[in-house]
Amino acid sequence: MRKLLFKSVLALPLTERAPPVDDRALAELAEKVQATARRRLGRSLSIRQVDAGSCNGCELEIHALSNAFYDLERFGFHFVASPRHADVLLVTGPVTANMREALERTYAATPDPKWVVAVGACALDGGLFSGSYGVVGGVSAVVPVDLHIRGCPPSPRDLLAGLLALMKRKIPRRILKAQAGR
Amino acid sequence: MITLADIIVDAAAGQWPRVPVSADLWDLAGQQLAAGTWTLVAHWGEPTTVHAALREPATGTTGILSLDATNGHFPSLGRYAPAARRLERTIRDLVGLEPEGAPDLRSWLDHGRWDVRHPLGVQVPAVAPEPYRFLPVDGEGLHQIPVGPVHAGIIEPGHFRFTASGETVVRLEERLGYVHKGIEGLLLGAPLDRAAKLAGRASGDSTVAYAIAFAQAVEAACGVSVPLRAAYLRAIMLELERIANHVGDIGAVCNDAAFSLMHAHCAIMRERVLRAADLAFGHRLMMDRVVPGGIAKDIDQKGKSHISKLLAQIGKQFPALITIYEDTASLQDRTVRTGMVRHDLVAQFGAGGYVGRASGRSFDARKNFPCQPYETLDFEVPTLERGDVDARVRIRIREVEQSLSLLRQLLAQLPEGDIWVPIIPRLAEGSTLVEGFRGDIFAWVRMNEDGTIARCHLRDPSCFQWPLLEVAIDGNIVADFPLCNKSFNCSYAGHDL
Ligand code: SF4
Repeated sequence: MRKLLFKSVLALPLTERAPPVDDRALAELAEKVQATARRRLGRSLSIRQVDAGSCNGCELEIHALSNAFYDLERFGFHFVASPRHADVLLVTGPVTANMREALERTYAATPDPKWVVAVGACALDGGLFSGSYGVVGGVSAVVPVDLHIRGCPPSPRDLLAGLLALMKRKIPRRILKAQAGR
Repeated sequence: MITLADIIVDAAAGQWPRVPVSADLWDLAGQQLAAGTWTLVAHWGEPTTVHAALREPATGTTGILSLDATNGHFPSLGRYAPAARRLERTIRDLVGLEPEGAPDLRSWLDHGRWDVRHPLGVQVPAVAPEPYRFLPVDGEGLHQIPVGPVHAGIIEPGHFRFTASGETVVRLEERLGYVHKGIEGLLLGAPLDRAAKLAGRASGDSTVAYAIAFAQAVEAACGVSVPLRAAYLRAIMLELERIANHVGDIGAVCNDAAFSLMHAHCAIMRERVLRAADLAFGHRLMMDRVVPGGIAKDIDQKGKSHISKLLAQIGKQFPALITIYEDTASLQDRTVRTGMVRHDLVAQFGAGGYVGRASGRSFDARKNFPCQPYETLDFEVPTLERGDVDARVRIRIREVEQSLSLLRQLLAQLPEGDIWVPIIPRLAEGSTLVEGFRGDIFAWVRMNEDGTIARCHLRDPSCFQWPLLEVAIDGNIVADFPLCNKSFNCSYAGHDL
């Protein structure tokens, strides 16, 4: 084991540069996130992940965010075990009828200010599963959503870009302009 | 003694002939399940019929028995076979047929949150839900710990109710169904391409295995055999998926045993597998790459070399990691003799995958139902006897080694040719069993003439593993539950569908 430990100390780091911040995600944020609330949170965000009915594919990629290639924590994000410690709810899946109440309760238990990030095609609008008796719809059908990260599942890079958009203090002017010009 | 072959004697050829049976024969099947001479492979319902897919381990005979249930009920198999109980509760919830004499009639997937009852049968409006009755536990000094459905980590939702005496678990009762999306309902009447995508999302971690299972069932129904190159490429994806999951979970089990170094290295290895998959097939999890008739996209020389490079890298690094697992006393201290499952139980439940094989049940659909290309490849199915967390980890280690060898053979022998043939739809049925990383996945499809799906049933390996987790934790301390749970790593999504 010692050999392996030494090797990992001496080897080049695997951790990659941050991906460019997702413009679409930023635009969405510009609309919804108030600058004051952002200031209060400083530069670190606690994330509580909630699977509201996912196929578990999105969870696999959220897990990958913690591996050495993406190393989410270096950006000040960390996963927490309780919604009471969370700033961000990272919600996956179409919301199933059987999970609706659990999601509502988790949202209610998360202190303000809080953000909801909906992850994946299913979380956007129910995706392939919409229209089923067992599915309520996307996450926004149940709790207000601040940011959608698209993909089926979104890659760790997509996830990282979306989450970094949450962190970005200054929203580039060109995006604000684009918003105003709509 | 009657054999399964006696009942299905006149049936059409194929591995999974389906025959209508009388109530007497149905009951006899129950007795055979109780005696352990037959194993339940799947159990599902339609509005007026119930089906039981069965296997006779001694002869390897398989078949599906169907009982008419126009009168709204059927004799319970759960009376005889615990493995049938949750499946019968599911049939009752989804189709509305009553299992007569069933020992447990509580709802299972229906939590009283849908607008309808019996969504796959004769629908009736929902009624206000009754509170779920957990099984009563009596005894002095016992306390209950309810956990979930939302858990602390990044995992799927489900409810666990522990009854503990001090620190020791005396009973665990699971309540599942939270991620029930109604996939079989969405599959009713779905066109083939949409249906394939839905099946590939039954359990995301097994998307390749599910997509193959669905495609093979459709191909069996329509009498199509896929080009050899497609069969090889499917197997390459299936083995990559197996390695990615096994490696990731070996690390996660070690993490739950407070050994994060393994976790970090395994996570890197898993990421490398996913990146190679992405480069070779265009998707990290290889979703939607397997389609009925073959595969969606061919692999080029570059793709092949990405996989070869990956194999060389893992082939070098994996043994070093395994030495760490084997040489770390504090790890073994947590995993050895923790979460034991006895052989008779895995046999009774027909538990597949590493859960079965770690407890001495040597069953692997790649060996027991050989099809191209596995029948021409050289590989072993590792089995162990002790049935503890350590045995499940060791089985997965050996399986990674086997998959690496399989991938080398597949790449070396990959034939040229087409990757897809069209499906000519017809009114017919087909079934298959596919070995995903977690165990055997059963798929049954009935096609319509227009190429849409009349009905499809998918059975996750977890259906026969979840009940054993309840047994595995018995007598262990509550704090060892995450470790036991991770060593099973059952699918919530695949179970709840
Ligand atoms: S977006 Fe895709 S990967 Fe994520 S839960 Fe939905 S189907 Fe699964």
